[in-house]
Amino acid sequence: MGKTIAEKIFDSHRVDNPFGDIHVIRLDAVFCHEITTPVAINDLVSRGMDRVFDPKKIKAVIDHVTPAKDSKTALQGKILRDWARRHDIIDFFDIGKNGVCHAIFPEKGFVRPGYTIIMGDSHTCTHGAFGAFAAGVGTTDLEVGILKGVCAFHYPKSIKVVVDGELPKGVFAKDVILAIIGRLGVNGATNKVIEFEGSVVDSMSMEARMTLCNMAIEAGGTCGICAPDMTTVDYLWDFIKDDYKDKDSALADFRTYTADADAEYDQVIRMNAAELSPMVTFGYKPDQVKPVKDMEGTAVHQVYIGSCTNGRLEDLRIAAEILKGKTISPELRAIVSPATPDIFKKALDEGIIKIFMDAGFCVTNPTCGACLGMSNGVLAEGEVCASTTNRNFNGRMGKGGMVHLMSPATAAETAVAGVIKNSSMYKG
Amino acid sequence: MKQFNGKVLFLDRSDINTDEIIPARYLTEISKEALKPYLLEDLELQGFDVKKDIEPAQVVISRANFGCGSSREHAPWAFEVNDINLVIGESFARIFKQNMFNCGMMAVELAPETIDEIFSTFKGKETTLETDLASGTFTLSSGSVKKEIPFSISGFDRALVEAEGWVGYADKHY
Ligand code: SF4
Repeated sequence: MGKTIAEKIFDSHRVDNPFGDIHVIRLDAVFCHEITTPVAINDLVSRGMDRVFDPKKIKAVIDHVTPAKDSKTALQGKILRDWARRHDIIDFFDIGKNGVCHAIFPEKGFVRPGYTIIMGDSHTCTHGAFGAFAAGVGTTDLEVGILKGVCAFHYPKSIKVVVDGELPKGVFAKDVILAIIGRLGVNGATNKVIEFEGSVVDSMSMEARMTLCNMAIEAGGTCGICAPDMTTVDYLWDFIKDDYKDKDSALADFRTYTADADAEYDQVIRMNAAELSPMVTFGYKPDQVKPVKDMEGTAVHQVYIGSCTNGRLEDLRIAAEILKGKTISPELRAIVSPATPDIFKKALDEGIIKIFMDAGFCVTNPTCGACLGMSNGVLAEGEVCASTTNRNFNGRMGKGGMVHLMSPATAAETAVAGVIKNSSMYKG
Repeated sequence: MKQFNGKVLFLDRSDINTDEIIPARYLTEISKEALKPYLLEDLELQGFDVKKDIEPAQVVISRANFGCGSSREHAPWAFEVNDINLVIGESFARIFKQNMFNCGMMAVELAPETIDEIFSTFKGKETTLETDLASGTFTLSSGSVKKEIPFSISGFDRALVEAEGWVGYADKHY
């Protein structure tokens, strides 16, 4: 019987199979941020086990609340910073060099096809875009990952989602994943890996694939995965060019981590891209999804463009294309947060930041910020936010606030219109 | 190994979520101890008095889907620092259950009829529970009423309990 991508990764990383379908796998990378890691660090210290399995395989960033907003968040940053210094963790990104974890780590070349990665963060599934198995875990799993470089999982089952055809203009990866979550439901992929396939996925950039995989967890999925191809090789080439004689040999190597034709899936879902349209969420769960046209006219108080879902250069370019020469509605305020310093710099060079500022956007430093309602754009009770983030839970961006998830194109158009509106790019 | 014996706190409701166990506003705490005063702070349940009922308890018995909601490990920790290492219920949310065993604590499932029987026999009375892990038996007693209830946990979960959690287990094996 053939194997799925996740099964191949597990089979090449297994160190133990202690009980039943429990498999302990070797980790290629452990990612850390300042919200969930400090407790693990303190626990290791108190056990007299303040060690790391391999400082080169641990990557850390302060991203959730940065610069710190109060003494408690300052202490969380300090614990991570002191720990990174103490253990010579070179890939530690402090204030000035920091950005949203799931944007900055791939950008630095830390994610490769076939890798196994854990992080104390549910959106770790993002990194599956490279053909890696990447999963969010609790603090104890993170702690063991830091100490031993292993993690235990149930042997993975996969759901295959095939998106074929061509996306209509103005329909983006965000709309595709919202439509998929709408179909699967918030628990539809619980304990499973979602493998994305089809001509639409093949033609997507790495940024778009990350948007797709980022929200696998919103359907309960452990990880989202795209098979590595030449797009993956191109993205990683600067980091791997010394390891391969040319791109074709890199591709041949990466192709180890593609699914077999006779792999077994729990479920296969097929979608026709031509039938998809821009989507938006309407309730407090990410599977409460509607076409944007059914929500047009909904009043909005704040527009937020950023996060690990849609704060990358490609996202900012799309929004800027819509905002160019326009100003935002006086009925609302708008915030853009480029996800990493590199994205910020490129957006500056391309004149994108100026377009945002001329339109009336507040431009923040790279941070999770408003996405989790801790800083940089928290909503007041009763307020509505049109957001390119990934969670619309009750209170997510501020107690009593409502979040409508959408693509950067829809968010930019909404900023100009003052109410939810389909982007001018979409002619449906 | 942790202690799984002591006075029982009955929480007679399904779907008690991690926000009720430990509210999100305490996630900026960086030690488990700091969570101690806030356990079940937002739980509103008839007959439950957060100020009086937690201090003496060492075991919680509840209903279905206990620990649903966010994946925060702060939920088991908040129990742990209050010396409650055992939660018994009809069923648990997956991550909560894993987090419990990862901490060397136990989340044990019993059949709905058994849970019903426990509630009807013991709820509202001073009740203690003793755990015999080797034979897989809980003994509940209140005054002269005594009841033995068999239970089982998976091999991996048992190994985690014996190792006082995933850190201890992994340190020994890997
Ligand atoms: S941007 Fe939002 S969803 Fe992404 S890691 Fe940060 S808080 Fe989590």
